[in-house]
Amino acid sequence: MTKKLTEKGISRRNILKGGAAATGVALGSGAITGFPTIWAQNIKDVTLRQFGTGVSNLNEVAQKVKEDLGFTLEMTALDSDAVTQRAATQPDSFDIADIEYWICKKVWPTGNLQAMDTTKIKNYDKIVGIFKSGKLTPESTIAQGTAPHTVGFVDGPDGNTFATEETGWMTLIPTIYNADTLGIRPDLIGRPIGSWTELLNPEFKGKASILDISSIGIMDAAMVCEAMGEIQYGDKGNMTREEIDKTMAIFTEAKKNGQFRAFWKTFDESVNLMASGEVIIQSMWSPAITAVKSRGIPCVYQPLKEGYRSWGGGIGLSKSLSGLELEAAYEYINWYLDGWVGGFLMRQGYYSAVPETSKNHMDENEWGYWFEGKEATGDITNPFGDVLAKAGETRDGGSFLERMGAVACWNAVMDENQYMVRKWNEFIAA
Amino acid sequence: MTDQTHLFIPVEKNDKKLSRGTRRQKGLPDAVSGWLLSLPLALVLLFFLVLPIAMIVVVSFWGATEFSIYPAFLFDNYEFLLTSPVTYQVFLNTVKYALITWAITLVLGFTVAYFLAFHVRSLTWQIVLFLLCTIPFWTSNIIRMISWIPFLGRNGIANSTLISMGVIDEPLEWLLFSDFSVILAFVHLYTLFMVVPIFNTMMRIDKSLIEAAYDNGASGFQTLTNVIIPLTKPGIMIGSIFVVTLVMGDFITVRFMSGSQKANVGRLISNDIALLQYPSAAATAVILLVTVILVIAILLRFVDIRKEL
Repeated sequence: MTKKLTEKGISRRNILKGGAAATGVALGSGAITGFPTIWAQNIKDVTLRQFGTGVSNLNEVAQKVKEDLGFTLEMTALDSDAVTQRAATQPDSFDIADIEYWICKKVWPTGNLQAMDTTKIKNYDKIVGIFKSGKLTPESTIAQGTAPHTVGFVDGPDGNTFATEETGWMTLIPTIYNADTLGIRPDLIGRPIGSWTELLNPEFKGKASILDISSIGIMDAAMVCEAMGEIQYGDKGNMTREEIDKTMAIFTEAKKNGQFRAFWKTFDESVNLMASGEVIIQSMWSPAITAVKSRGIPCVYQPLKEGYRSWGGGIGLSKSLSGLELEAAYEYINWYLDGWVGGFLMRQGYYSAVPETSKNHMDENEWGYWFEGKEATGDITNPFGDVLAKAGETRDGGSFLERMGAVACWNAVMDENQYMVRKWNEFIAA
Repeated sequence: MTDQTHLFIPVEKNDKKLSRGTRRQKGLPDAVSGWLLSLPLALVLLFFLVLPIAMIVVVSFWGATEFSIYPAFLFDNYEFLLTSPVTYQVFLNTVKYALITWAITLVLGFTVAYFLAFHVRSLTWQIVLFLLCTIPFWTSNIIRMISWIPFLGRNGIANSTLISMGVIDEPLEWLLFSDFSVILAFVHLYTLFMVVPIFNTMMRIDKSLIEAAYDNGASGFQTLTNVIIPLTKPGIMIGSIFVVTLVMGDFITVRFMSGSQKANVGRLISNDIALLQYPSAAATAVILLVTVILVIAILLRFVDIRKEL
């Protein structure tokens, strides 16, 4: 089932690359924006098919692309598993894959994606360090798991193995990322929550939930087990069989004791569980918290002392993309990093890969609240007009540096992935 | 009683003979026209039933990496499946759901059909009431199922009503995300599949048989057990096959109504597919197929549907 597109791909792309390089030299670096004038006539006919998880596949983005760039972007939103499946098995069904870094680790070896030339990315230098050297600040330590920079680069345009440092050939252009933690209903819990251990606290028996996406769920489970002091992991993002067994044993026991009300697989499920009060503490994603809040129900994205489980997504280009479509795709990427999308996403609680350009598209109050962790000076609304916070409130977890600086591990895919998946299935079936 | 039904069959046979006779006049030999007539269906079944199943069986022996599957002849998938205690637990659970749902839908379906066929006298009302049964089918399966969730939830209508009536003090937790809610949804979704075939066979029972039973001094219950139930057997069997196969093959009802907490075989398969483990999913599907065929074979031992139709 693995398709090898290399032979055809190479020649076509090499020619194209030569052409692109020549043009690049002719126009001078940074003059990539000159392309639209060359292609202006026919770029309107281009349609790029993008698919990805619901988080960043937003129709507003497609509309803005049409307005600003003139070509059509078709969006398909799928769940994480379906995204992986599609990227791995149906390379001809998409032009742009909006996937997470751990998915990239799984999918890249299929050869369905092509590396991107960073010299064609205008804001490459401004991309946050996490995606390049792996360090947020020069002093930062790199968290466990599939940290984005470990799968962010390949040796060359046709590299099949990941490089350990910046090579100029990027697998995914980072677009959106965040630090995840537990969501709670403060009104129904009524006391401070400060540790991952609370997920298995018998006090919340029948009122807890965890997400049923094995590769992410196992990380949340590991955060809990480590916080309980039950297991010391070598690397939570790459567990041994023994560590997996122990983790699943602890969670299976909790499940049999009725700790969990339900497991959720989609964003909407998590929102409904929380909003209806079926569940009062659970693994959750940032926009889900926002969705609960916008219904007028109190919900907190609780910072925990053990740190965050973080994830990052990026845009990858299909191997079959070439010519005008490929240029359009590069233009789309440059536009993506140019700030409008960043501002749009940051006002929903995500972070953008190039925060400084996003700043131009946010007002001072918004920037202060979302990025700097300052008190809001006026109402904070999301891009759809719902009020999320009032003056005087601060963001859960504080500033960008505080939140992204406290990442304990990244979403990951392990060497023992197949074993883990089977164990996870057993946990769900137990 | 079976003799009675046999009375109808010769008539049909005569019909067939007549039509065959007319065809022969046009000049095609019997054998050829017979083959030709069965050809389209045979082709459809070959391409859309036999080939896909053969493919599943073949793939179940293949190997898989994380993102691809490769042709091989391995027993790994079966070995893992048949040696894992979870598999047996899950199959047991699947059979449990099927049995309980079957029993409840049978009682409900038989009662509804009996009422429609024997208590409602006018054909108009029979049709009206029958259509009433189908109204839930105007919305999709999934919507019918999900609409139970706000009803049964901790702060749902059922719990708040019971609390305000003073029946319970604390909300009942087992109403939602439990075996109870799963089976409730199954019964809701599939009772009609039991009603329709039973009603159909009941309508074909010669009313004079019931009169005869009555004239011979049979009580209402005796008539039911000695006349109606035996004559309704084919309908019951068809309904049972519907319900059992639907429940055993389901995965989405179990996922939603149990809040992903319970598992049946369908969920095992869907999990495998989601994780690109097609060979393992295929192996599970083959085992499930064998199980379902066995169940149906056992069911068919009780009633020879072909003879009864």
